[in-house]
Amino acid sequence: MAKPAQKRKTPAKKAPAKKKPSVAKQSAASEEFALHSLQDAHESSPKFDADVDQMLEFYEQMLLIRRFEEKAGQLYGLGLIGGFCHLYIGQEAVAIGLQSALNKEVDSVITGYRDHGHMLAYGIDPNVIMAELTGRQAGISKGKGGSMHMFSTEHKFYGGHGIVGAQVALGGGLALAHQYNEDGGLCLAYFGDGAANQGQVYETFNMAQLWNLPIVFVIENNGYAMGTAVKRSSAETEFHRRGTAFRIPGMDVNGMDVLEVRNAAEVAFKHVRDGKGPVLMELNTYRYRGHSMSDPAKYRTREEVQDVRDHKDPIEAIKKLLMENGKTEADLKAIDKAIRSRVAESADFAESSPEPDPSELYTDVLVEEY
Amino acid sequence: MAIELKMPALSPTMEEGTLAKWLVKEGDQIAPGDILAEIETDKATMEFEAIDEGTVGKILIDEGTENVAVGTVIAMLDGEGDEETPSAAPAPAAEMPAGEGKKVGQEPSEAEITKPAKAEPKKDPEIPHGTNMATVTVREALRDGMAEEMRRDERVFVMGEEVAEYQGAYKVTQGLLDEFGPKRVIDTPITEYGFAGIGAGAAMGGLRPIVEFMTFNFAMQAIDHIINSAAKTNYMSGGQMRCPIVFRGPNGAASRVGAQHSQNYGPWYASVPGLIVIAPYDSSDAKGLMKAAIRCEDPVVFLENELVYGRSFELPELDDHVLPIGKARIMREGSDVTIVSYSIGVGLALEAAEELAEEGIDAEVIDLRTLRPLDTATILESLAKTNRLVIAEEGWPTCSIASEVTTVCMEEGFDHLDAPVLRVCNEDVPLPYAANLEKLALIDTPRIVAAVKKVCYAE
Repeated sequence: MAKPAQKRKTPAKKAPAKKKPSVAKQSAASEEFALHSLQDAHESSPKFDADVDQMLEFYEQMLLIRRFEEKAGQLYGLGLIGGFCHLYIGQEAVAIGLQSALNKEVDSVITGYRDHGHMLAYGIDPNVIMAELTGRQAGISKGKGGSMHMFSTEHKFYGGHGIVGAQVALGGGLALAHQYNEDGGLCLAYFGDGAANQGQVYETFNMAQLWNLPIVFVIENNGYAMGTAVKRSSAETEFHRRGTAFRIPGMDVNGMDVLEVRNAAEVAFKHVRDGKGPVLMELNTYRYRGHSMSDPAKYRTREEVQDVRDHKDPIEAIKKLLMENGKTEADLKAIDKAIRSRVAESADFAESSPEPDPSELYTDVLVEEY
Repeated sequence: MAIELKMPALSPTMEEGTLAKWLVKEGDQIAPGDILAEIETDKATMEFEAIDEGTVGKILIDEGTENVAVGTVIAMLDGEGDEETPSAAPAPAAEMPAGEGKKVGQEPSEAEITKPAKAEPKKDPEIPHGTNMATVTVREALRDGMAEEMRRDERVFVMGEEVAEYQGAYKVTQGLLDEFGPKRVIDTPITEYGFAGIGAGAAMGGLRPIVEFMTFNFAMQAIDHIINSAAKTNYMSGGQMRCPIVFRGPNGAASRVGAQHSQNYGPWYASVPGLIVIAPYDSSDAKGLMKAAIRCEDPVVFLENELVYGRSFELPELDDHVLPIGKARIMREGSDVTIVSYSIGVGLALEAAEELAEEGIDAEVIDLRTLRPLDTATILESLAKTNRLVIAEEGWPTCSIASEVTTVCMEEGFDHLDAPVLRVCNEDVPLPYAANLEKLALIDTPRIVAAVKKVCYAE
């Protein structure tokens, strides 16, 4: 793991740098530019104050993602899922912590190709997600998108994009639409530590801040851009600082603790909803599996993975909290059992559903007829 | 010693302009850097600056005079008796001086291309008989099409470099900011990849963006969003997620701007399922298809041509002039041979047809207007009538629209062919800067005439 998912101390506030002499340069509109204010607010009380029912809900949602992804891995091994399949195991707290804080009536979400977890976090029927993975007519994209290309406009979930970084600019557009329509919504745009090095990300940072767009940029830093550790690919590995040049406040968040993620989300979303422009959140997390199903993950040791599983697992953490709050092992086992059976049902559905009709080959290329 | 002050060329494609205002009068003493006059080009009002010292002598062209050709002597400057080369230069230092030797260095090599077609085009059957016609430039027609759709639909907005406060790098968006305000006419930084993605995302989010590229050469930085984000999303989502967006701007060779700024992307985009590609020639099609493109539920690449922006054509005076996407137009009826073209090539094809008519060859000219989906029925019907076909395309020959049309004729019209299909395209080289080489590289009327004669076995 390139960077431990733990709290770091806030860098000391520096005196404003001496202004460089420049020709015809306008002075900054506000000298009181506090890039750390959100981080400070988050760290003052980093854990979301959840009641037992909320914790139970987080537990169930994260467990659903984990069991679903484990099943998807199995189905891939059986040849029922083809192509690329990127699993979300280990990162569950990020999607659940953030998306639980959304206003689902108006807010939009967009992400890259590791998108199953974000779909499940919306409560979208696991059957249609699994059926998409197996390429069946009943899949949410009629079997034409696959693992990387799932969408639910009904839930304002805009995919599911396969080109690393593209979802960031598209997310900027969704945020522009929120602003244009004055609907009070924000866009949550997820991308990885790998995508964080793409040029268009910075083009979007610039325009988002320039136009004060309601967008939360979320870097899911799982330590590896495919097989390349962050320290081998990134000159600045503290990704929450990457917005500094655009005056976008950054937040450095433990992405392995759903209550910390949720707490950070509350702080960030409020900032954006108050009309103060974009926020950049770095969620420090870890993926237990390879980059995709075809990645043997030889670039890291078994011990490294095991260490995170043993000490930082987000599901085990919330489980422990629940037990401290009166839930029994048996209560939680029962939940696990119900989820396993729900996931097994989705796998059966995905396996037994028919493939798309051959005529579907030619549908949906264009909306209109010419 | 008297110095001639000449009408300067203030843009690569400028051939004439309006002498809007004199800021000096006869007898005034002037120094280098003084502004002598304001000159209006088809794109902007520019200041004309003195580079020599002296006294303004005779003013030869009155202010307010329109259509003053580049190189015309507009005033005399009585110098201090020095023997230096007489010259005067336009204000921006980067612009080319309008000095001696201009004829060699600055004459747009595609003067033939820019010459308006003499041929009277056939009336568009889509336009009701008896409709009043106004004469309007392609530039204005495009702008009016956008403005009408912006009035009609609140979701429509324009974004791009210099579209708002500058009024458009090529003046196509002139006046839109005044009418619609900065919320709907958005100046972007020079970040094509980013703003193309933001535009596509806004379309996915329910808006109707018109994304202007200053030229399509710069859209190469953004081609990922045009193809991977805009064109494929509807299919990948099983029809759930649409991307109704218009990517527009000038395409193809301009004049003397070198290889990186002179390319026709028609064949690139036309090869992509999920895109609509439109490349109009005249004002009526520019407006009618622009309106159709904005209303279209699919992503549209709308390819304009800088050299055609300033040309005037008839435009029907209709309240709502919308033309069908995917329909070619017969610009001139003929019986001996078919010339298929699009965009700027249509003007050349019509000229060639007139020349051929003088030699007794009656050519039919088809303007494809939409490159994808291609109206193969109109091409094949014409081929069935004429049995001979030439494609004229301002672009490279390899993997071109011409290649595609040739294949269609071969696969579906073979029995009607009396001669092999020929294509007349640009030369297969990056476009050179030198005036003579550029002229050699670009398609022109004589080449179309020669190809037509060949398929007619007339040589």
